[in-house]
Amino acid sequence: MSYAMDMQNYTTQSETATSEPKIMARDVNVFYGPSQALKSIQLDIGANEVTSLIGPSGCGKSTFLRCLNRMNDVIENCTVEGRISLDGVDLYNSGLDPVLLRARVGMVFQKPNPFPKSIFDNIAYGPRLHGTVSNKDELDERVEKSLRRAGLWDEVKDRLDKPGTGLSGGQQQRLCIARAIAINPEVILMDEPCSALDPIATAKIEELIDELRERFTIVIVTHSMQQAARVSQKTAFFHLGELVEVGETDRLFTSPQDDRTQGYITGRFG
Amino acid sequence: MEQLALFFALLFLTVLGFILGKGRAVALSGHSDQPLHSRLPYYGLYTALWCGLPSLIIMAGWMIFEPQIAEMLVASQLRDSNASITPDQLSLYINDVVNLASGGILSREPDAALLSAADNYSLFRQISYFAMAVVAIAFSLLALFTSLKKINPALRARNQVEKVVSIIMMISSLIAILTTVGIVFSLIFETLRFFDKVPFFDFLFGTHWSPQTALRSDQVGGSGSFGAIPLFAGTMLITFICMVVAIPVGLLSAIYMSEYAGKKFRAFAKPVLEVLAGIPTVVYGFFAALTVAPFFRESGTLLGLSVSSESALAAGMVMGIMIIPFISSLSDDVMNSVPQSLRDASYAMGATKSETITKVIIPAALPGIVGAVLLAMSRAIGETMIVVMAAGLAANLTANPLEAVTTVTVQIVTLLVGDQEFDSAKTLAAFALGLLLFVVTLVMNVVALRVVRKYREKYD
Ligand SMILES: Nc1ncnc2c1ncn2[C@@H]1O[C@H](COP(=O)(O)OP(=O)(O)OP(=O)(O)O)[C@@H](O)[C@H]1O
Ligand SMILES: [Mg+2]
Repeated sequence: MSYAMDMQNYTTQSETATSEPKIMARDVNVFYGPSQALKSIQLDIGANEVTSLIGPSGCGKSTFLRCLNRMNDVIENCTVEGRISLDGVDLYNSGLDPVLLRARVGMVFQKPNPFPKSIFDNIAYGPRLHGTVSNKDELDERVEKSLRRAGLWDEVKDRLDKPGTGLSGGQQQRLCIARAIAINPEVILMDEPCSALDPIATAKIEELIDELRERFTIVIVTHSMQQAARVSQKTAFFHLGELVEVGETDRLFTSPQDDRTQGYITGRFG
Repeated sequence: MEQLALFFALLFLTVLGFILGKGRAVALSGHSDQPLHSRLPYYGLYTALWCGLPSLIIMAGWMIFEPQIAEMLVASQLRDSNASITPDQLSLYINDVVNLASGGILSREPDAALLSAADNYSLFRQISYFAMAVVAIAFSLLALFTSLKKINPALRARNQVEKVVSIIMMISSLIAILTTVGIVFSLIFETLRFFDKVPFFDFLFGTHWSPQTALRSDQVGGSGSFGAIPLFAGTMLITFICMVVAIPVGLLSAIYMSEYAGKKFRAFAKPVLEVLAGIPTVVYGFFAALTVAPFFRESGTLLGLSVSSESALAAGMVMGIMIIPFISSLSDDVMNSVPQSLRDASYAMGATKSETITKVIIPAALPGIVGAVLLAMSRAIGETMIVVMAAGLAANLTANPLEAVTTVTVQIVTLLVGDQEFDSAKTLAAFALGLLLFVVTLVMNVVALRVVRKYREKYD
């Protein structure tokens, strides 16, 4: 089974980088009502690297991503089975408050969704919520730092009090990234963050992801294999609710071990 | 009765026109090799419209102008025989002629001249009716034949039918607009007449309201003072109490329904809440007057407070209950239309449900909520029945909710109830109050609609 080989492959290589994976998923099954969306997923996500999830539409990439910060809880008939842990702590069965979890695992959505508030208030939302800043100066500083890291500061520094919804699509998406990093999460989940953007805005965000990797662990869902190849170190290929193959991005794209992976990346289906 | 028969005859011709027109189009489509311009029913409608509409217009015009022509005939006959008659006598005489002809009550004993005039009059009416029937039916038949003849494959039947239909729709909307404009103008003119009698500033800033005026100069009566301040103060007081009840209850129930309640509960609770808005206000009125007001008075006595049996508090509270569905239902709709993506964004930032509601959903929905509150408020200001029954008629200038107060709408009712001279200051005051009320609610509605529209633009 190719999967086992990959796991070995993965372990040997990640041992050099970090000893312990940041996130560990074991036997994860997800159901929407009676229908199963994910089947027995085993996946390790290493710290400070970018893992990309690829696969045809409807194969469960977003579902898996939402398991990692328990956003599935918000969906009415969704049940998650199995074990997912962050730094060794079980997310679902250890009494961890999902609210606290989400402060550690940030998320950026497919469609930019800034709040209908000012740019400043958008970024300040998280820090104010969690009380991680004690005064106005600190808050200002946090907002500036987040916007700088998201590469948006120069474009918006003169209009911080203008509504975030008035920015362009690409700027809005970077605003959402800035909003997510303003709470200093450990992991950032991104669900097709560039699908609504033009190539230039996409390039900016990819550059940004590469920089953010130094501080954050990033999991990104993408439909573009070029994007996965450009930004990620690990790639996981999902198909019909199963994790078919996972491995070093370079290796997976040059010599896929499963026929389905081969088929998908050469464009035979999906 | 006869008009009805004529009407049905025309209706029959119209239906016939439809059938024949469509039939002709069917026949054409079978024979000619040129395809028809429009689909078959349009040819039927084309003929039907030609059969029906012009004749109806002729009938309507005839019915409007014919009685006047008949009366003019009577009048000219009378002037021929009696040149010295005054216009007043003339109109009285004509009235008698018309009444005699139709079997009504007369103002004098019928003499020979009157009888013959009445005979002439009814004869004329009969002839004219007959003529109208002949003309209308003849026209309808003529239209039937010519329009049937006109039907050929190139005839743009659909375009013509649609044009007529759009004209009919335009006229309908014009009727609505013109009625509104007419009402506003009549309010304005009567108000101007009122200000001839009562100075503008006395009305707007006077603090004493007692609209009793002497009907005749020798009568002893109130001098009449028309200071509208107590009325507006009463309206404000009751509206305030009403909103104090309705805003919190309405908003909280809206939040519950849109954010916490399950789908099933919401599907059940929302219509039930909206039934509250469908209860006639009279029912609320006697509920307020017979149940709530006595309850307040009695509990007031227990506490050693003097509560009048008709109090602003009772009226305002009951009105507040009536207004709840306006606020809760509209606010629930706005909160529901806040996109799920914003909620997701907030949850993903580690916000709890209540934080998401207070920090994201309510601010995003606020313009809509404000709009709902303003709409509800203008409804409360214009409400009459509850206040008539539960708040009393005394124009007290007070801020004490336990006393009886009166409102603008209540005073309009009392000004116009009973026998009145139409041009007395008392009657005209109703128009001035009405206009002022109209302006206030109009401004509020405009603001509300603006606010709501601004909110819509944000998410569409
Ligand atoms: N809220 C939901 N309720 C019911 N079924 C759902 C729900 N969300 C997703 N699904 C189902 O779960 C499966 C996986 O969906 P998911 O959104 O994870 O796919 P995806 O890989 O992200 O696809 P895409 O690339 O199109 O975004 C699909 O079959 C989908 O129909
Ligand atoms: Mg998806």
